[in-house]
Amino acid sequence: MNYLSKEKGLLSWLLTGDHKRIAILYLISITFFFFIGGALAGLIRLELLTPQPDLMAADTYNKVFSMHGIIMVFLFLVPSVPATIGNFCLPMMVGAKDLALPKINLLSWYLYVAAGVLMLYTMIAGGVDTGWTFTTPLSTHYLNSHVISAGMAAFIAGFSSIFTGLNFIVTTHKMRAPGMTWFRLPLFVWSHYAASILMILGTPVLAISLVLIMLERVAGIGVFDPAKGGDPLLFQHLFWFYSHPAVYIMILPGMGVISEVVSTFARKRVFGYTAVAFSSVAIAVFAFFVWEHHMFIMGVSNYSTLVFSLLTMLVAVPSAIKIFNWTFTLYQGSITFETPMLYAFGFMGLFTIGGLTGVFLGTTGADIHLTETYFIVAHFHFVMVGGMLMAFLSGIHFWWPKMTGRMYPEKISQLAALITFLGFNLTFFPQFILGMMGMPRRYAAYPPEFQTLNVFSTAGATVLGVGYLLPILYLTWSLKYGEIAGGNPWQATGLEWQTQSPPLTENFPEIPIMDHEAYDYEWLERQREKEVPSVG
Amino acid sequence: MSEPHAHDNAAAHGEDEHHIVSWRVYLAIVLILLAATGTTAAVSYVDLGIFNAVVALAIGVTKATLVVLFFMHVKYSTKLTKLTVASGIFTFLVLIGMTLADYITRAWGNW
Amino acid sequence: MSDSQVIVHGAEKAGHHEHPSYQRHHFETTAQQFDATNFAMWIFLLTEIMFFGGLFMAYLIFRNWYYPAFVEGSHQLSMFWGTMNTTVLIVSSFTMAMGVWCAEKKLKNGLVWSLILTFLLGLGFLGIKSIEWTEKVEKHHVPGFHYSIQAFTNPASDPEVYKEYHDNPLPPDMAAHTQVYFFLYFAMTGMHALHMVIGVGILAVMIFLARAGAYTNGHFTFVENFGLYWHFVDIIWIFLYPLLYLISRHT
Repeated sequence: MNYLSKEKGLLSWLLTGDHKRIAILYLISITFFFFIGGALAGLIRLELLTPQPDLMAADTYNKVFSMHGIIMVFLFLVPSVPATIGNFCLPMMVGAKDLALPKINLLSWYLYVAAGVLMLYTMIAGGVDTGWTFTTPLSTHYLNSHVISAGMAAFIAGFSSIFTGLNFIVTTHKMRAPGMTWFRLPLFVWSHYAASILMILGTPVLAISLVLIMLERVAGIGVFDPAKGGDPLLFQHLFWFYSHPAVYIMILPGMGVISEVVSTFARKRVFGYTAVAFSSVAIAVFAFFVWEHHMFIMGVSNYSTLVFSLLTMLVAVPSAIKIFNWTFTLYQGSITFETPMLYAFGFMGLFTIGGLTGVFLGTTGADIHLTETYFIVAHFHFVMVGGMLMAFLSGIHFWWPKMTGRMYPEKISQLAALITFLGFNLTFFPQFILGMMGMPRRYAAYPPEFQTLNVFSTAGATVLGVGYLLPILYLTWSLKYGEIAGGNPWQATGLEWQTQSPPLTENFPEIPIMDHEAYDYEWLERQREKEVPSVG
Repeated sequence: MSEPHAHDNAAAHGEDEHHIVSWRVYLAIVLILLAATGTTAAVSYVDLGIFNAVVALAIGVTKATLVVLFFMHVKYSTKLTKLTVASGIFTFLVLIGMTLADYITRAWGNW
Repeated sequence: MSDSQVIVHGAEKAGHHEHPSYQRHHFETTAQQFDATNFAMWIFLLTEIMFFGGLFMAYLIFRNWYYPAFVEGSHQLSMFWGTMNTTVLIVSSFTMAMGVWCAEKKLKNGLVWSLILTFLLGLGFLGIKSIEWTEKVEKHHVPGFHYSIQAFTNPASDPEVYKEYHDNPLPPDMAAHTQVYFFLYFAMTGMHALHMVIGVGILAVMIFLARAGAYTNGHFTFVENFGLYWHFVDIIWIFLYPLLYLISRHT
């Protein structure tokens, strides 16, 4: 008997309050939108195979990259780890039976679905070509595409993530098991807590700026339209006040996954636990002080540019603390190279490149040359795809046995991790060079001398596509034919591993009492000596 | 920091031992709020230059603080609730302050 | 941790029947349930602060840019109705606070009457708001919909306002910017009114549940949390009132 088999029927899923079932619902829906967004990415790369706009016209291309961005950011990256793995694991990690507000959690999924449906409608009705940034006055005045429905979808998706964040914060504060002090929490919980702060404080500002865009389009007033006395920079300030922290909403949960995976497969407590925990919170706090670095070329004041540039560099510090601490965790660890660990290694390398190029871009002089070129595109894909997607896949492979009770085939999944890593580098590394050479982003055509590198990039995208399709195949296969996993296949220390796989509906036969530190592998050894493994 | 969580897990602030504010406090507060409303309306008819806005906002902040502290029981709440309120105000001020950092300094050096 | 919680935990194992009926299955104690939902409400209010925060930010910028337009725009608002509405809302906050107090003291009739009064005051607020909005529609001061700048390029054409403030005529471009003022006026009061409508709707349901004794059995979490929401909406108005109505009333 477990959470999957307890109740049967579609309705038992659609009306569930169980955080694990909602996580599965989320997993299915975000995977769907990931592949839609991915297909659009494929179209973009195909178009850029040749210098001329021959596959699609320029305005179609604009719509394709806009939809790719909007779907990937709002419907995949933001909910990816928190809504699936976070939903599944966070209550178990703190030793609770469920999230504090199960109905709100379900509501969050329904809002996500509503946002997804609206987004699909937008796509079918003709798409939107503002870019994912909804830049004004382009979005409010000049375009006749479906800005309102796309904005509405992003608005609703925003509230879905607000409710997820709200639930995580309340759960972390109020639902911890006896003995589970703040500094015994897994780092996964800390990073989700930090990301949740950003979700609840940042997202509403995006919501209101989208509302203003919609009102401006309907009524034709100039809040953001300079021709009517509005201020387009005001929109940029409001938008990036959310959308910069949103980058950390996307990456912080991924960092939490990496902390768990690195510790488990190095069989060591995470080096500098406290520093890593506080660096998550520091990233969350700094996130609200750096947004203007997205606006350096937009005519903001030079003096504020100076301040924001400096603050931007500061964000590199907590991120570096994490990377260094993971590296020290590996030092003298008993490292094994299971699939989640391979993805985690990919994350550490790629995120470091993505993060450091971010420091280049935070430097005002370099930013003026590099922004709005493919350098930016490469930079944020290194962070979002190289970082977050790697972390997501790492986490999915890590907790898959817990979610489904089955193991996937190890060799082929290791191969998929390798293919993803190679394909990723082949796709996005040439884009750094293209950006340096001055190829602007968001154009369907480019000068012929950029073609060689673009061909590399498109070839890489094909490899990357294979890398993403493989997990779908073997993970689905494993649902039926995979080996039975047992309660704790990786010998990990988190509370979620100390119960059966798949877990009971209320997670634990009885509420656990936390009597040891996080990542205490000696405690795990003692447990195994003490009792014959009976779970799983 | 061995038990930093003790205050928010403990039962002391639950329904069972909930602090009940006297209705007299509520009455006093509502009277102050109404008086402040009258004051702020009256002051707006007096020309104080830029201080009209300052006074109006100061009275507004005072009224809001009273509502938060007494009607919303923050004065009697846990540190966690107080911190939550403070963090909301702080982030709002960051939004305003950091945005103004751009607007105010745009003309610097252009005189 | 402390022994007491281990004991609580032991009691939990002993059987679920000891819990009051309103305790949800995933909470260990009613205190934990109250704390969690109350904290959740506060977190939700944080998002509300930032939601209105974006509007206040826009207001701040445009008020500084188009101050004369904001002054003459605000002269078009009725001081009487604005102050009246502030009073109505503050009193409704008081009746709501008394509602929570009655729920805490398990006074069923007091709670029901407090909620009814709050409900009526909320309706009264919306009624007054609709009077004001209707006037704006009649004067063509709804931005984007047959907007007229006549009252600002030629203030004497609106004798009722003119005899009180003697506004100078605005140049046409500044007069056009009164649209931004009224846009923010409608956006801010509209968002606020939307919250009021939701609040009044929930109050209507609560009145019936309160009559059935739902909140006076010791489980008043919902009343407490709704109170927080209602007071928050009140606070927003406490700021909207000086920002929109009291920009410069002296002549």
